[in-house]
Amino acid sequence: MTDEKLKFGFYWAASCGGCEIAVLDIDEKILDVAAKADILFWPVAVDTKYKDVEAMPDGHMDVCFFNGAVRTSEQEEMAHLLRRKSKVLVSFGSCAVTGGIPGLANVADRDEVFHTAYIENPSTENPEGVVPLTEFEVEEGKLELPEFYDTVKALHQVVDVDYYLPGCPPPTELIVQAVTAIFEGTLPEKGSVIAPSKSVCDECKFERSEKKITRIRRIYEVDELEDKCLLEQGILCMGPATRGGCGARCLNANMPCTGCGGPTPGSLDQGGKMISALASILGLEGEEALSDEEVERLLDDVVDPVGTFYKYGLPTALIRRRVKK
Amino acid sequence: MEEFEPSVIAFLCNWCSYAGADLAGTSRLKYPPNVRDIRLMCSGRVDPVFILDALKEGADGVLVAGCHPGDCHYQSGNYKTNRKVRLIRRLLSDLNIEPDRVRFEYISASEGQKFADVVTDFVGQLKEMGPSPLKEECK
Repeated sequence: MTDEKLKFGFYWAASCGGCEIAVLDIDEKILDVAAKADILFWPVAVDTKYKDVEAMPDGHMDVCFFNGAVRTSEQEEMAHLLRRKSKVLVSFGSCAVTGGIPGLANVADRDEVFHTAYIENPSTENPEGVVPLTEFEVEEGKLELPEFYDTVKALHQVVDVDYYLPGCPPPTELIVQAVTAIFEGTLPEKGSVIAPSKSVCDECKFERSEKKITRIRRIYEVDELEDKCLLEQGILCMGPATRGGCGARCLNANMPCTGCGGPTPGSLDQGGKMISALASILGLEGEEALSDEEVERLLDDVVDPVGTFYKYGLPTALIRRRVKK
Repeated sequence: MEEFEPSVIAFLCNWCSYAGADLAGTSRLKYPPNVRDIRLMCSGRVDPVFILDALKEGADGVLVAGCHPGDCHYQSGNYKTNRKVRLIRRLLSDLNIEPDRVRFEYISASEGQKFADVVTDFVGQLKEMGPSPLKEECK
């Protein structure tokens, strides 16, 4: 390693800001980062303007951590800009890696999202039905806003990405691992996901045995949790279809996995894999005697298939959005 | 304009449905040539990902066929796939894709006629539905 400090950048696109906090969750290690790296660009903390980034030579930043999905023209432009200005671009957090919660907007299009957010929302008063426009003429001239797209995309669907750090937000240990690898020059091969290759179940504290459930229970229906696999207790847990690395932190808090780690390695579709797992254990007892109507009634307990199986990954699923009418 | 010819991917189990399709052939039964058969050891091997991938890659319909209840060579693969297909149909419907593009049928080794009838009916149904909307969406 040279004595010269590394140049870091951070950016947020369609995200909640939790990833920014996760960077600080590495606690005192942030001081190591500050000692070894200069932060050139970080809208949440540093007042660098877009034009300052544009003025940098190409490849000027050593590493850029990009969190958030891409849903507006501004975010798309920034993705291209930061790709150009960074040697290594890290897709940081579920939204950038798989689309994340914002990606669930792919069950709708721009007009529907605007209608819900600006018109239908019960606490919104907007009698004139004003919704954002990309251009608006006022006396002083033309005002412009970025375009809001119909379809949310993950970062790698817009630009070339070097590394992926999944999680909502990425677990502290993985961030430390990634940052350490950057400092020590031991990054894995390009395109790697910086996380273990096993599922969440591998890290889960609950005892696992043969799985068969008679029905799906929602959390509020469970009075007393038993000390065994939540799926075996009928609670829909995405653990089997989700990449670990988080130490099963939701399970440690007695809550089921909701899938933020994204698909396990080699899996084309996280939701499809979970459907496979669930269909194989639900209604197993006396399955030969179940009528089709009874099977349908069992499946009625999966209240929202898209939101359950693709909570963090609709934009990167095989079918990445609802078909537009 | 030429009539729309749907492409259908059929996942058939080795022990019943593929033998049924074979019987349809050796009996020289007529059915539309739109179907591409893929033989699996059991309908239980059908991963929902196969179905989604087939649709994404341009199939207009996916047929999954296995042994009749009680006849599965591996005892219970067909029940599991029945549930998988039903869940997938619910998912598709939420994504604005006609759930009837995915169909599950029980076809035994002796039911060559049923295989021909199911394919004929399915292809007719898909012709009425028109091309899969995913062809445009997944471009």
